[in-house]
Amino acid sequence: MITPRVFGSVARQALRQTVPRSQFVLPFQRTYATVVEDKVAAFKGQKNSNGKYLVSLIEGDGIGPEISQSVKDIYKAASVPIDWEPIDVTPILKDGRTAIPDAAIESIQKNFIALKGPLATPVGKGHVSLNLTLRRTFNLFANVRPCKSIAGYKTPYDDVNTVLIRENTEGEYSGIEHVVVDGVVQSIKLITREASERVLRYAFQYAQDTGKTKVRVVHKATIMKMSDGLFLSTARDVAKDFPDIEFDAELLDNACLKITTDPAPYADKLLVMPNLYGDILSDMCAGLIGGLGLTPSGNIGDECSIFEAVHGSAPDIAGKGLANPTALLLSSIMMLRHMGLNEHATKIETAIFKTLADGKALTGDLGGKAKTHEYAQAIIDNLQ
Amino acid sequence: MARRALTLPILKRLSGSPATARLLRPTQPARTVTYMPRPGDGAPRAVTLIPGDGIGPLVTNAVEQVMSAMHAPVYFESYEVHGDLKRVPEEVIESIRKNKVCLKGGLRTPVGGGVSSLNVQLRKELDLYASLVNCFNLPGLPTRHEGVDIVVIRENTEGEYSGLEHEVVPGVVESLKVITKFCSERIAKYAFEYAYLNNRKKVTAVHKANIMKLADGLFLESCREVATKYPSIKYNEIIVDNCCMQLVSKPEQFDVMVTPNLYGNLVANTAAGIAGGTGVMPGGNVGADTAVFEQGASAGNVGNEKIVEQKKANPVALLLSSAMMLRHLQFPSFADRLETAVKRVISEGKVRTKDLGGYSTTQEVVDAVIANLD
Repeated sequence: MITPRVFGSVARQALRQTVPRSQFVLPFQRTYATVVEDKVAAFKGQKNSNGKYLVSLIEGDGIGPEISQSVKDIYKAASVPIDWEPIDVTPILKDGRTAIPDAAIESIQKNFIALKGPLATPVGKGHVSLNLTLRRTFNLFANVRPCKSIAGYKTPYDDVNTVLIRENTEGEYSGIEHVVVDGVVQSIKLITREASERVLRYAFQYAQDTGKTKVRVVHKATIMKMSDGLFLSTARDVAKDFPDIEFDAELLDNACLKITTDPAPYADKLLVMPNLYGDILSDMCAGLIGGLGLTPSGNIGDECSIFEAVHGSAPDIAGKGLANPTALLLSSIMMLRHMGLNEHATKIETAIFKTLADGKALTGDLGGKAKTHEYAQAIIDNLQ
Repeated sequence: MARRALTLPILKRLSGSPATARLLRPTQPARTVTYMPRPGDGAPRAVTLIPGDGIGPLVTNAVEQVMSAMHAPVYFESYEVHGDLKRVPEEVIESIRKNKVCLKGGLRTPVGGGVSSLNVQLRKELDLYASLVNCFNLPGLPTRHEGVDIVVIRENTEGEYSGLEHEVVPGVVESLKVITKFCSERIAKYAFEYAYLNNRKKVTAVHKANIMKLADGLFLESCREVATKYPSIKYNEIIVDNCCMQLVSKPEQFDVMVTPNLYGNLVANTAAGIAGGTGVMPGGNVGADTAVFEQGASAGNVGNEKIVEQKKANPVALLLSSAMMLRHLQFPSFADRLETAVKRVISEGKVRTKDLGGYSTTQEVVDAVIANLD
């Protein structure tokens, strides 16, 4: 499990020194990911004979199918060169462990990319959450969570523009826990240099690609001196490879305080942190702009990447046409950028923000009366 | 109430200030029994003072000035402690044990390396198991959210702060989070008792038991058990990430919150952030028989060089904490006077430090508070 990754990172490092890096990257414009070999988690997909990329689509449960339909409609109207390959990830039990059907795994491995609606986690013991299973199956090591204030939806904060990258495979979520004696429980947080380096390298790279000039590590190394200390020292090492990006560090509690007091100074920074901290801070940032219904999310792996809506499957409003597809749409925009389809991404994104700012066709959760398909239609009308 | 009435004659004599007497008289209930005070009741109390690092000496000095201006019946035993020491000197610990009450500025915590935080050491040494931060909107201070009145009660001795870490092989580190039934029950009891005595309606337990099923599960189990003994107080549970999201969108739904160690650190800072910043939130750390009062949120924060140099640290948080201390020492009328004066200065809005949008120095705030004392 560990050895191939070690070699991978060594190989990448060796390549990094030979391939010159473009120093002048415009905001929101990627270099051709498929060409540059030294990038962590570069998109490897190829166009098929129709000139289109194949993308695995997990529609999800509850409101999933409705909001996926909106994405499909809008993409068709915007003539995005994508064909969808719907897959079913209803969990099966394989040797007593929750697993995803082989067909689904093969599809994602073949296409290198997937878009995912909300999944309902089956209740009951023995079921690991499907999200966790997906993360483990495809070794999705980084979770990217941008949050940007949306004109047209008023919250107490109107100047949010944060990007947060969370290590997604270890830390507090190692799942190693035991009862020492009755009434005393130990839970182990695991930090490795390797996983830290991988996510940190991706973070610096993402900052370069998206025009952020600063990377900031959020940590609690004053208390967890060795584990968070390792994450921090790894970050310092990685930062040396990215001289054009400013690097600093901030304590977790201080970050909580500063972001909630005034999020504006975080607009030029990319925050990167271990698992639990990222979980908490990313949801907090989502809260600043109005909740999970408006925030996209991407899970980046070495081979495959999955972009998803992080909100719940809302079974109570499923099938009624009341759902808000914004989170899934914005996630799909991240996906397009990951694939290097920047023009389409910008075009659709502009239309989404315009529709939200107009405020004429908003769904119920944003205080409007529009149905899901009416909202989607309004976005299509705003496409240029 | 009885205690208060009985300490009053002595207080009056001690302070000797006619202003105090004027303030106190109307609140004094008419009683048919004449109480004889216990010997020593209301006598000046010794308080251990640790000025600390950075802005610490500035803000603790502010408290000393205000206390002496209102002739509060406390005197300070001051000890120089700095964050670069290996451990808290024994004499300081002894002094706190003897006095049972301490007022403290922040101690600088070095990042990485082998030295552990003195702030944490002190809590462990004295077994100050509960950390309390009161986050509320101060009248006259506009913030992004209204109606915030949250008390965060945080377990202070174990969890992620156990300090148990080791390197398995080079590049792989394990850090142990320890949760015990004993400590979880103790903090839950403290939270519910606090809610009960302070007429609070709801206690919310913050956790991440969907991931840390055993550790946070044990914490929740303990809270649930204690909750059954307080039927008049509502009890609910919230996952920590959702909690932070709710805090920045609908903070008015929270009342008393009880948390394991690390989450409490986050929740308290987030709650402070939405209600005016750490510069105004009082708090302290409490054990079975000792109490250390300090700035509520970010107590270990010692500010930056510039603030220290310009002497512009905000003393409001520590002033409000020392009001809590006065109440803890059974001097409620002094506590009220101090609080009223501080709140008046804030709501007038003329004298504020930079973090509250003003330009004043620490000394200007102190002078304003003293001028506003009844």
